[in-house]
Amino acid sequence: MNPLKELFGGAMTPGVLGVFGHLDDTTRAVKDLKAEGREDFTVFSPMPRHELEDAIDRPVSSVRMYTLVGGIAGCSIGAWVTLYMSYDWPTLVGGKPIGSIPPYVVIMFEMTVLFGALNTLVGVALNALRAARREGTIPYDPRFSNDKFGLFVPCGPDKAGATEAWLKQHGAEEVRRA
Amino acid sequence: MAQTAAPGTSGARVTYDYVTRVINNTLGNPSKGYFALLGVAVGLLTIGIICLLFILRYGLGLAGYSHPVYWAVFITCFVFWVGIAHSGTLISAILFLFRSAWRTAVYRVAEAMTVFAVMTAGLFPLIHIGRQWYFYWLVPYPNERGLWPNFKSPLIWDEFAIGTYFTVSTVFLIMGLIPDIAAVRDLATGWRKKLYALTSLGWRGTNEQWRHYSRGYLYLAGLATPLVLSVHSVVSWDFAMAQVPAWHETIFAPYFVAGAIYSGVAMVISLLVPIRKLFHLEEVVTISHFENLAKLCLLTGMIVGFAYATEYFIAWYSGPTPENKAFWYRAFGPFWWAGWTMNVCNWFLPWILWFKKVRTNLTALFVISIFVNIGMWFERFVIIAIHLAGEPFEPFVKAGYNPTWADWGIMAGSFGWFFMWFLLFVKNFPAVSISEVKEVLPPPVRHGKGAHA
Repeated sequence: MNPLKELFGGAMTPGVLGVFGHLDDTTRAVKDLKAEGREDFTVFSPMPRHELEDAIDRPVSSVRMYTLVGGIAGCSIGAWVTLYMSYDWPTLVGGKPIGSIPPYVVIMFEMTVLFGALNTLVGVALNALRAARREGTIPYDPRFSNDKFGLFVPCGPDKAGATEAWLKQHGAEEVRRA
Repeated sequence: MAQTAAPGTSGARVTYDYVTRVINNTLGNPSKGYFALLGVAVGLLTIGIICLLFILRYGLGLAGYSHPVYWAVFITCFVFWVGIAHSGTLISAILFLFRSAWRTAVYRVAEAMTVFAVMTAGLFPLIHIGRQWYFYWLVPYPNERGLWPNFKSPLIWDEFAIGTYFTVSTVFLIMGLIPDIAAVRDLATGWRKKLYALTSLGWRGTNEQWRHYSRGYLYLAGLATPLVLSVHSVVSWDFAMAQVPAWHETIFAPYFVAGAIYSGVAMVISLLVPIRKLFHLEEVVTISHFENLAKLCLLTGMIVGFAYATEYFIAWYSGPTPENKAFWYRAFGPFWWAGWTMNVCNWFLPWILWFKKVRTNLTALFVISIFVNIGMWFERFVIIAIHLAGEPFEPFVKAGYNPTWADWGIMAGSFGWFFMWFLLFVKNFPAVSISEVKEVLPPPVRHGKGAHA
């Protein structure tokens, strides 16, 4: 048994995948789905588009908290490293105080950026991993990284026909059952 | 309605599919020209490695050091390569925050250049320390007497700044690459498909992926922007914090940052002109992109020229001081040729970029960009080695300084090292951002111009 497959590639989610050639069709379909109160769909696009982002209307990513916490932690570590190391073996340099803040600001700044950036990466990775558990169970089309948009609508086999018709009516060039 | 041409691109053929395919084609089988260039790079690197082996065996005496010139070609190359790195972050992060659409076609080359230039720069302090096997003494840990590093020293600041810069610019480059690697993964076959499947980290372009990715990219750009300004400021303080005339100047930080971006943009032009031709990217990287790069070069060149004028003026205005003597030495001393090379290439040459005809002529731009980088290398050489040689604090020293074959060999090796990585990168990963170029193209829509349903 492959544990990764178990974790990210469980049984396929039943539903219908629509392949769209136009951005406005995709946006309208998403808006109509939202109007029906659906949140469980997945949109594929080759690049980020604000029209889609507005239509999907999800809250702002939590990555910003990771950046903030990383930055604050980095600044604190920079302050601690410089001050602790200075007072651990006090040596007078250039007639300046042992714990001289202005030169240490440089280290604090660099550490703020370093930890802020690394924690941003951790934030993106963790959020992507969380989403991957569900996304691993829905179909994908290689054209979604090229010039097509996609919309996957989960539904039971009994409603698949109606969903296919709905997607085609909204401009889907191709529909596929999963 | 069919997809139409984007502003800045040259024709109606530039659709999403066209962009993916034309950039994917750069990853095909390498041409003979590519192998010839790679051969030259590896050849230069071999020369550098041989010279380094000699230095390891016989010591730093093989380089041209002579009292009081103990910072010379190696530190010059360090500052030069850190400077080259800067425009990459300017184009990728600062112009991203300004929402400059034209950056999308050129930023990947600039960003890759940043990472490889910092990798090159990082070698020089290690070569310069002489006993490379003690490099870990630079790490902040207490020595056998419990003594910690001196955090009041700009050299330690520099270590933190360069370390952070290398890490953050690498993260930024890799983040930007993920959606593009996914795009080429979906077209690739064989071992390349396996490589891209692994390195695209399962990217599928879902709304959740884009939601977190776009935010993360924005914050990385926000962090990289002050970082790039800080890094060359810190490098400049390696000199400005010292008491040497012509080093101890308050304008050094902005002067160095402008100079760094100036040389970096010139290097982007030097790299893009042949890549565009070699990989047939004429419709993605257009003349207007080069013109914008030339304008950046012009702006930073003017700032550098202003800084030079300020330096000379203050040296003259301050009367008979060591600063005054130092600048007389720069212009009319035994190394006048180096001082004037720097002046001509950096101070006077960018003025011809005021002409649109020059800015839109690729041959002219290519030649100018080479001269700008020669000038910028000499700027660092003049500031570092020449002003140490002409240091008037020690009048009894009749300092002469001549770089030796070891200095030149290692410098040539650094160019080989840089170009080798760069050439390997552009052949194996998308050299132009696929997803970001698509972002500035008008999207395919069925009804009307906008996509707002």
